[in-house]
Amino acid sequence: MEPTIPILILCLPLLGFLVLGLLGPKMSHKAAGWYGILSMGATMVLAYITACTYFFSGAPEFIEGGVRLQHVVFNQDWLNFYKELTIRIGFLLDPISALLLVVITTISFCVHLYSLGYMEGEKGFQRYYAFLQLFSFSMLGLVVATNIFQMYIFWELVGASSYLLIGFYYQRPSAVSASKKAFIVTRFADLGFLIGILILSYFTGTFNFTDFTGTVLANGSSVNDLVTPLNVVASFGGATFMGCSLLTWALVLIFMGGMGKSAMLPLHIWLPDAMEGPTPVSALIHAATMVVAGVYLVARLFPLYLMEEAALTFITVVGAITAFYAAVVACTQIDIKRVLAFSTISQIAFMMVSLGVARPEIHEGLGYMASMFHLFTHAMFKALLFLGAGALIHAVHSNDYTAMGGLRKYMPVTHITFLIGCLAIAGIPPFSGFFSKDEILSACYENSFVWGAWMSMVAGLTAFYMFRLYYLIFWWDEPDYGHHKPHDAPWMMSLPLIFLALVSCCCGFLHFGKFVTWNGEPYDIHINWTGVAIPSIIIAVLAIALATVMYRKKNDLPAKFAKASCGLWTAAHNRFYWDEIYLFITHKIIFNGICRPIAWFDRHIIDGTMDGLAWCAQRLSVTIRPLQSGNVHSYVYVYLFGALLLGGVTAAVVLL
Amino acid sequence: MEIKLLYYLVPSLVMFCCGLYGFLTRKNMIAMLISLELMLNAVDINFTVVNRYLFPGSQEGMIFTLFAIAIAAAETALAIAIIINLYRVTKKVDIDEAKQLKG
Repeated sequence: MEPTIPILILCLPLLGFLVLGLLGPKMSHKAAGWYGILSMGATMVLAYITACTYFFSGAPEFIEGGVRLQHVVFNQDWLNFYKELTIRIGFLLDPISALLLVVITTISFCVHLYSLGYMEGEKGFQRYYAFLQLFSFSMLGLVVATNIFQMYIFWELVGASSYLLIGFYYQRPSAVSASKKAFIVTRFADLGFLIGILILSYFTGTFNFTDFTGTVLANGSSVNDLVTPLNVVASFGGATFMGCSLLTWALVLIFMGGMGKSAMLPLHIWLPDAMEGPTPVSALIHAATMVVAGVYLVARLFPLYLMEEAALTFITVVGAITAFYAAVVACTQIDIKRVLAFSTISQIAFMMVSLGVARPEIHEGLGYMASMFHLFTHAMFKALLFLGAGALIHAVHSNDYTAMGGLRKYMPVTHITFLIGCLAIAGIPPFSGFFSKDEILSACYENSFVWGAWMSMVAGLTAFYMFRLYYLIFWWDEPDYGHHKPHDAPWMMSLPLIFLALVSCCCGFLHFGKFVTWNGEPYDIHINWTGVAIPSIIIAVLAIALATVMYRKKNDLPAKFAKASCGLWTAAHNRFYWDEIYLFITHKIIFNGICRPIAWFDRHIIDGTMDGLAWCAQRLSVTIRPLQSGNVHSYVYVYLFGALLLGGVTAAVVLL
Repeated sequence: MEIKLLYYLVPSLVMFCCGLYGFLTRKNMIAMLISLELMLNAVDINFTVVNRYLFPGSQEGMIFTLFAIAIAAAETALAIAIIINLYRVTKKVDIDEAKQLKG
């Protein structure tokens, strides 16, 4: 494949960022917005062309004997330290990167268009579009990374653009602290990621993904004659640390970076707060694209993870706990964006679990395929839900459902599209979420009944909290809206909603297994109706029915239920006090126990040494200062004395 | 009567001591400058005569003296300039006023 189009995919958003960032203040809002939209639209078309070429052209570099290959379009030396340590920037085309190219550019384009209406008249409009472009650039660079170091660079770049966009309303203290929180928590996780990269690269001597994961064929031979995962394991030579093999440590540490970005327990605390950013940003970054970077990372290194069952089990456990926790918390939140944020955490945890339970020997890597499928469908319906929430917030000027209710009469377009999103996430056929979630549940059941049952329960909770939200917004009791009745958003906001709703309706029927599998071989999706699908539909319908009973009309059932739950409701409402635990640990233990002594050492020992030196120099200068009196006569006497002394000494030496 | 080296050195020594004495005791900067010139000239005489009597074949002493005279002239011009400027500020030519130059 010619590298022109891939280079343009990366360069257009970067150019957009530079143009909007540097010339933005000189542009009108409309010009800046349309420039951003057109730039993103062009990127989207190019990404579609690339993905279509990859999936459908059948060229020998992309597919060989029905197996999809990893194809490096270009790989340019970027930092050349010495022969063994060269960092490259490149463009890797394989099923998941092609998939993500489509997802990112589609959602990003929708958000660009939507923001034209949502952000209308906001101060810093051009800055907003510049940051959106920067984010799109970083995210695209991340998914096409040819080596783990490039991924790390772009990983940090998406973190930085996320920080910039969460803190977009920088006059609001809550937005500032939320952006700092997001940055610090993910940075803490990235520390693990970096250490993991270093361990992995130290032993294998390479950064390249193709070297780590060189796709293994069924007969054990490698597609691209490079290092295979088996060789990677061999290169570690069975080195262990604290009872686990070093490879496990490396993989778990790399996963820690993914935990931070994908908001897995216990590093999830930044994501709900990140909702301080503008809603389209939440849709783009904190629902559809950036937060799935962790899933993408694990998927990218999946053949390596397969070599270490312990790491996969760790991922499964973390994912399962997070999924349940986030689902419970989502049932009690008041801020609609926070409900969606916790739902995002829960759904990403679904993907993680799906990767964690994937074992090719049991079900041909169904979990991997299901995870990517869910990533795709989730990106679409979650972006839809967030953009719908944005339209609601735009209409009623509040984030809380208490200010909403009965909105179905006033905002029909938003109502229908939001309902489609809810049905999709709840897993009702024929909406897309049903298909992907069903695959995940099948994968869980085939791994172990425990995980399957657990995730089915979480799926039921998902249906419940989404319909709780839906009923509280669109039914329930109608508050007094005053003179300004809420109404549907302008066309540039409705259009993305309708488009994403259509996608959410249809994309479940995609033969996803033909495109994305862990080893490139096509996988035939067959829905296990009796074993998994029917029970999960029944669970979802029951959960929706319960939500209907509790929240359709205003009644005191929810309040009674909250009272009867012996504090569970309050605890869930306060997110099980995770933030408080973090505050306690940081403020009480780390600040007092570690930071204070270090500060004391810094102020007294290090600064003290320097101050002491300065004090000595000053005393010395005060002592010798009178010598330079400015009195010429005293100088002359001193000089004369010196000259006589010198003369005398010379004479004495010569004469004696 | 043969003129010996000593006949030159004694007046030169007297000149130098006069200069030194004047330099140490006077407060008037012009007087100090004059004393300084006296000392310089005494040294110049020494250079010349020592060269003439002890190393008659070489010229270094003479040339050095010429240099010293030229440099002394420049130095005097500089000193006078400083003194005049000080005088403009303080209306005095007293050496104690020069303490201000210390900064």
